[in-house]
Amino acid sequence: MKRYSAFAIVREAARHHLGWQRAWTSPEPRASYDVVIVGAGGHGLATAYYLGKNFGITNVAILEKGWLGGGNTGRNTTIIRSNYLQDPSAAIYEKARSLYETLSQDLNYNVMFSPRGVMMLAQTHHEVRGYERTAHANALQGVETEFISPSRVKELVPIIRLDGPRYPVLGALWQPRGGTARHDAVAWGYARACSDMGMHIIQQCEVTGIRSEAGRVSGVETSKGAIGCNRLGLVASGHSGVLAEMAGFRLPLESVALQALVSEPIKPIMDVVVMANTVHGYMSQSDKGEMVIGGGADGFNNYTQRGSFHHIEETVRALVETFPMLSRLKMLRQWGGIVDMTGDRSPILSKTPLDGCFVNCGWGTGGFKAIPGSGWGMAELMAKGHSPLTEAFSLARFREGRFVDESVAAGVAH
Amino acid sequence: MLILNCPYCGESADETELAPGGEAHLRREGPESQDEAFESYLFHRSNPKGVHFERWRHAFGCGKWFIAARCTATLEVFGTYAAQTSCPPQEIVDKISERRPDRRGASGS
Repeated sequence: MKRYSAFAIVREAARHHLGWQRAWTSPEPRASYDVVIVGAGGHGLATAYYLGKNFGITNVAILEKGWLGGGNTGRNTTIIRSNYLQDPSAAIYEKARSLYETLSQDLNYNVMFSPRGVMMLAQTHHEVRGYERTAHANALQGVETEFISPSRVKELVPIIRLDGPRYPVLGALWQPRGGTARHDAVAWGYARACSDMGMHIIQQCEVTGIRSEAGRVSGVETSKGAIGCNRLGLVASGHSGVLAEMAGFRLPLESVALQALVSEPIKPIMDVVVMANTVHGYMSQSDKGEMVIGGGADGFNNYTQRGSFHHIEETVRALVETFPMLSRLKMLRQWGGIVDMTGDRSPILSKTPLDGCFVNCGWGTGGFKAIPGSGWGMAELMAKGHSPLTEAFSLARFREGRFVDESVAAGVAH
Repeated sequence: MLILNCPYCGESADETELAPGGEAHLRREGPESQDEAFESYLFHRSNPKGVHFERWRHAFGCGKWFIAARCTATLEVFGTYAAQTSCPPQEIVDKISERRPDRRGASGS
């Protein structure tokens, strides 16, 4: 694989850009692999990448029923932060955030990580207390956050209205090293690096069954024939429940639609990410100038990748009050992704009742930020059978009542 | 937008008038049950991409709970019925078999 560099751009420009290689290969599947990962989204590809990089396991296939990064990896609002309350969450999200800082260099692929700062507005007194508590917890966890005053909020976001009658801004939890990254590039960068290590990324290959022998996984049946494996990683977010059913166990997950939308592109007006959890709205400005807005999740099971209009209406109504200048903006696109929600709003990275089969799912509405950390922990779990990053996120926590409760911590689905 | 017919008051209500209540026909585990059964009752949910039975409350209407049979892949509604049943009524099961002939097992959970 030829490396990308400033020199490569000059070299290829000089020969009419005819020398660029394909970023990854598209091979036909072999009869068997050491490891098969189901789902070529960010989490699946990152898992494969760290299996190769950290543990030297490169006899790996990543199966994708659609196209690479075409699920939630390409549908999120690209926010990266790690200001969680519980220690296990802070550990895995901070690991992910710190890996994002050097990911472009590591993958030799520009993921456009922009540590522009993430601000979570406190718009009720309950939120003020909650975020002050989170800031203290983060200080103990080694995550850099602080609770800032309304005047500092105004300084950072001049377009904000602090004294809205219904949703006044009372302060904010500020994480200066949070930010955004280009979501597609994260998937593409990992895919290119995986392919470079000799792994097979097989798109348009849907898993239709899971084979086992004497309680141990032995392979998968797919739309491209049967593929054998020693270890299987199910990393399919919203569709994890469907795969678990094939493997013969159930997951504590429900799949719902989460929506986002973008406006027409405008000149730069806001250079940080703002999240307003009371009203289920969050917003940042993309490099193209579009305002990227995320909304709330539907309350009922849904696999249609489109959500209910009234959620968009609620989000926009509330954001317009806090950012009055948005009222004149036209919205260009709206879409939905299927998110897999657990009861405690924390992910599942775990062994399963089927030997050799592992799951990485339940990231709910906030998986993008976790991609590198999730892949790092999942790779360690699959290679060694245990990982300090994933220990608290096992399936057993539901039976044992050891929840990693982040729904109460943020007061919102996130 | 999802529109469900409330079996009690007969109103055709859109989802802003309704509150979703999760999977229907769960059997509550009692004090004598095993840990596995209780875990399953509390947390495990069938999360099908297809026919799903779920509880809804006509929150901004008559306020009563009812059950809807719905397809999660297409949002097609097969029918609604009163919540005081442990399995779906025969007419709903027939409707589902007619619309989804390939579906295995036409019972509730």
